[in-house]
Amino acid sequence: MCTVCGCGQGEARLETTEQGKTGHKPGEHGHVHTHAHSHADGTMHTHAHEHHHQHARAGGHAHDHSHDHGHRHDHAPGVIDYGRGPARAHAPGLSQARMLQIEQDILAKNDAFAAANRARFEAHGILALNVVSSPGSGKTTLLTETIRALKANRDVAVIEGDQQTSNDADRIRAAGASAIQINTGKGCHLDGHMIGHAVDHLQPKDGSVLFIENVGNLVCPAAFDLGEAHRVVVLSVTEGEDKPLKYPDMFHTADLLLLSKVDLLPHLDFDVEACVANARRINRRIKVLPVSAKTGEGMEAWIAWLDAARMLAFPARVERSAAMPGS
Amino acid sequence: MHEMALAEGILQVLEERASTDAYARVRKVWLEIGPLACVEPQALRFSFDVVASGTLAEGADLEIVQTEARAWCLPCAQSVAIAQRFDACPRCGGHQLQVTSGEQLRIKELEVD
Repeated sequence: MCTVCGCGQGEARLETTEQGKTGHKPGEHGHVHTHAHSHADGTMHTHAHEHHHQHARAGGHAHDHSHDHGHRHDHAPGVIDYGRGPARAHAPGLSQARMLQIEQDILAKNDAFAAANRARFEAHGILALNVVSSPGSGKTTLLTETIRALKANRDVAVIEGDQQTSNDADRIRAAGASAIQINTGKGCHLDGHMIGHAVDHLQPKDGSVLFIENVGNLVCPAAFDLGEAHRVVVLSVTEGEDKPLKYPDMFHTADLLLLSKVDLLPHLDFDVEACVANARRINRRIKVLPVSAKTGEGMEAWIAWLDAARMLAFPARVERSAAMPGS
Repeated sequence: MHEMALAEGILQVLEERASTDAYARVRKVWLEIGPLACVEPQALRFSFDVVASGTLAEGADLEIVQTEARAWCLPCAQSVAIAQRFDACPRCGGHQLQVTSGEQLRIKELEVD
């Protein structure tokens, strides 16, 4: 894709230079080109990429360019450019140090684990939800009530993430779902690798709903994909209505905001409208459902949301089970 | 706090590439970090120094290239620069913005020997 204007394949990504600077108009050019290279060990590969050049020609030829590759360099030889010394100029032989262009995503490893988890959930018709919030928002109570409402019709499994103790998993099991506790120790979030292991142990049934209750933390879990179908953020009305603005990354990546403990609203100054407006400033697609695990208010809508999410994710499976009498 | 996990991720990449790219020491690492990547560069530097000690990257410099965050404003039908997710469009003041860049978290280049 073109990094000047975002035209070309894939999603629109508008980055780097402004259109005016280059006199570039969308759709009038083809930046992407294909070429072949050979590596030091003799392997050849061909790929398409786009690039930007900056030439400084003053007799010699020093040049600097950045590539935006359409593929990942996961082949063994990597990209070795012996012509680039520490001065970032073509001056081979000046120093033993050399530059390696590796263009690797720091979270690529986690993303690969998450992708494997996602493929597994899809193959088994498991609706996986990553439930995130600050500590004390009422996630576990909300989940135990959700399990009680769901368990007559569906298998429910829960992965509980906490720094220490298995208290939450015990509460979930008491509510009637299978559960496994992950203690992250000093860690502040769950990652894709931990979830893969937990699923190995938990073995959720085909067609079940899997809740992943992340560590109570509105910061770190935002960056780690677990392979979930949806991210659900729980915000209790005893917190501030400006939390979406204080922790934008978490609200930006969530599909649903459950506003919990709404039975307490008469006793508080919490402004629901302002809270929803703040959340929409960060993420205009976010759905909001006010719920109370205590009084049951809004629980029906939340269960309906879960059914809809399951229907959208696995239409064939849901139709099949609906056709079976008594299920 | 998860800068520590990210620093470990960087070190893992450096160690994995060491045999395939035949290097023994890493002198410098260029990272590209978008302002919306939820990473605090100072904390990342600190964490990297801690996890890199005693490894092939001990004492390596982290060169952090901060990129610009941009968003597409629907009413203006234009790409605009933003600093944070909840920023209003600098042209129309609206919030119908779709973030298009600024979340990068990549290792760009290494200087090795």
